[in-house]
Amino acid sequence: MSTGETKEARRDARNTWLLSAPALIILTLAAAGPLLIMLVYSFLEPGKYGNVVWEFSTGAWVSTVLTRDIFDGTYHLADAHLTIFWRSVKLSLITTIFTFIVGFPTAWFIATRSARARTALLFLITIPFWTNLLIRTFAINQIIRNEGMLNTFLLYLGVIDEPILIIYSDFAVFLGMTYVYLPLMVLPLFAAIDRFDMRLIEAAYDLYASRLQVLRRVILPIVKPGIIAGSILVFIPALGAYVTPRILGGGRNMMIGNFIELQFGQGRNWPLGAALSVLLLMIVAIALMFYVRAANRDAPHG
Amino acid sequence: MPADAVIEARAARKVFRTGQQTVVALNDVSIAIRKGEFFTLLGPSGCGKTTLLRLIAGFETPSSGQILLNGNDITDAPPNLRPVNTVFQSYALFPHLTVRQNVGFGLQMQGVAASEITDKVKRALSLVRLEDLADRKPQQLSGGQQQRVALARALAPSPEVLLLDEPLSALDLKLRKEMQSELKRLQHELGITFIFVTHDQEEALTMSDRIGVMSKGSLLQIGAPREIYNHPVNRFVADFIGETNLIPAEVRNAKATIVRNVSIPVDPASPEGAHTLAVRPEHVRIVPVSGDVPLTAKVGESVYFGTDSHIQLLLADGTEIIARHQNEATGGEVPPPGTEVGVAFAPGAVQVLED
Ligand SMILES: Nc1ncnc2c1ncn2[C@@H]1O[C@H](COP(=O)(O)OP(=O)(O)OP(=O)(O)O)[C@@H](O)[C@H]1O
Ligand SMILES: [Mg+2]
Repeated sequence: MSTGETKEARRDARNTWLLSAPALIILTLAAAGPLLIMLVYSFLEPGKYGNVVWEFSTGAWVSTVLTRDIFDGTYHLADAHLTIFWRSVKLSLITTIFTFIVGFPTAWFIATRSARARTALLFLITIPFWTNLLIRTFAINQIIRNEGMLNTFLLYLGVIDEPILIIYSDFAVFLGMTYVYLPLMVLPLFAAIDRFDMRLIEAAYDLYASRLQVLRRVILPIVKPGIIAGSILVFIPALGAYVTPRILGGGRNMMIGNFIELQFGQGRNWPLGAALSVLLLMIVAIALMFYVRAANRDAPHG
Repeated sequence: MPADAVIEARAARKVFRTGQQTVVALNDVSIAIRKGEFFTLLGPSGCGKTTLLRLIAGFETPSSGQILLNGNDITDAPPNLRPVNTVFQSYALFPHLTVRQNVGFGLQMQGVAASEITDKVKRALSLVRLEDLADRKPQQLSGGQQQRVALARALAPSPEVLLLDEPLSALDLKLRKEMQSELKRLQHELGITFIFVTHDQEEALTMSDRIGVMSKGSLLQIGAPREIYNHPVNRFVADFIGETNLIPAEVRNAKATIVRNVSIPVDPASPEGAHTLAVRPEHVRIVPVSGDVPLTAKVGESVYFGTDSHIQLLLADGTEIIARHQNEATGGEVPPPGTEVGVAFAPGAVQVLED
């Protein structure tokens, strides 16, 4: 290679960097900046009336999972915190699985319609996004609360004598999250199924596969990228959900999001809130790593 | 039922409805395909070849009629319960599986033991000469290689009947010729019944034991290539298979009158009345004008094809005939345009068509 060529290559590289610099700076400030602040705050002392005191401390991190006995000073696992973590992970997982079970047939149905019907159906799927999440969640509240539409209707029919207690339970939160996140599962699944070559079904069927085998051995492995994308799009926001557990779960059935908010509000423990936020981020990152690796083990190349 | 039929269709009819339109894709087709033969379905686009194949494979059920396998009615059996495999025109290879896994798929679904699968896959891959590419994904193969994987995949479970829907149409001419002889070789070696679909008449003539010519959902003629070529039953078959001169004529008493007062002898069993005569260009001879030759024509344009030339001849009433003239090394001359020549037909070459 001649020196002229290296010089040219170097100039190209420099230009590339210069051109992308504005975007990179904004990304760094907007994405990494707040995270960095969180990380720093999580190693400080809480102030009396909120905010932080600039003194290094690992107290917040310790108290994410441990509590100190006020009498003898020994440390125990913080059961209340762990319950909240566990509820968050459990509800998010169940929501992800359930949105997949409901979303897959829906996406399949849409992808196999005529071009015109397809556009209309996809349009319908996006309608919930037109209204604010808060309002939609209150609408669900209206339906399932004890004097809500569902109970009133069932009482009127005489199917039940007393209202069914749905609201302010884990189930209510699950129901709300499934409703809110379903489109996020359907859309990537639709995109994957739309690209799927339906002739492969006949090929598999011709080669002695039963209907179930066609689904398990051909369809699911090929639309897997869509399943992964949908699961990520549902699981991550579900894990950090705030509005839904707040309105449908009441005060008792908190998820991590509500717990973090509590620390910055009434709890007046900003470092703990910051530590919990970073912890949430780490849980998500680790979960993602495992999931993607497991899912890619036998995914198609290219 | 013919004793040696492996697949039989009895008055198979298929009607598709799309909105208000109904399409009769197959119009009461009856056919018996013999065990171990290379049978070709030949016809223009849209004549129902794929539809017939899909009825045999089980992807569609006939609107009426029956499909039989070895004498048993399988009309309503799903594809996974039929010992019939298909090589799809689009290949339809599984993109998430390697070549080896693709070829082993059918055996795996049948629940064959792993060691046996390994053996059979190896054998199928060596049949199509693809052992070296066994661990690639289909996307990493050329069109011809993918085609052979599709073939190996369909052959591996040792089906009784192999259906091939225009498997060569996506290949270039050279590869196509190669695959044609490859397919013939495989069919000989394995003794499996092949039902092959094409709209290429040359491919059909060179490869088949028997050909079924289709048009607009109906089977017009079934026979060996030679029979179909030399004795087409009607205008459509004569015109579709090879090149043919179609000459209107009046047939009476084993004589066909072509132009005023000129008649030529035809098969006495021929139908009488106004009919069309079919004569292949290679059976048309240009001879010197003489009293023995009643038919004369004016030479028109000629087209040079290398080994032979096609010479246009115009009869007195304007009917156009093409004669094939063998080009010899010594230069058997082509008469110049405008020359008045005599025209003779090889004995037995003139065929009176039903319609
Ligand atoms: N699923 C379907 N719905 C409606 N009409 C159909 C369907 N499948 C086939 N047809 C119609 O049936 C007729 C026969 O189609 P078929 O695919 O059997 O033709 P073909 O002989 O295989 O043609 P080609 O050589 O182009 O593949 C065509 O007119 C086609 O439009
Ligand atoms: Mg076809």
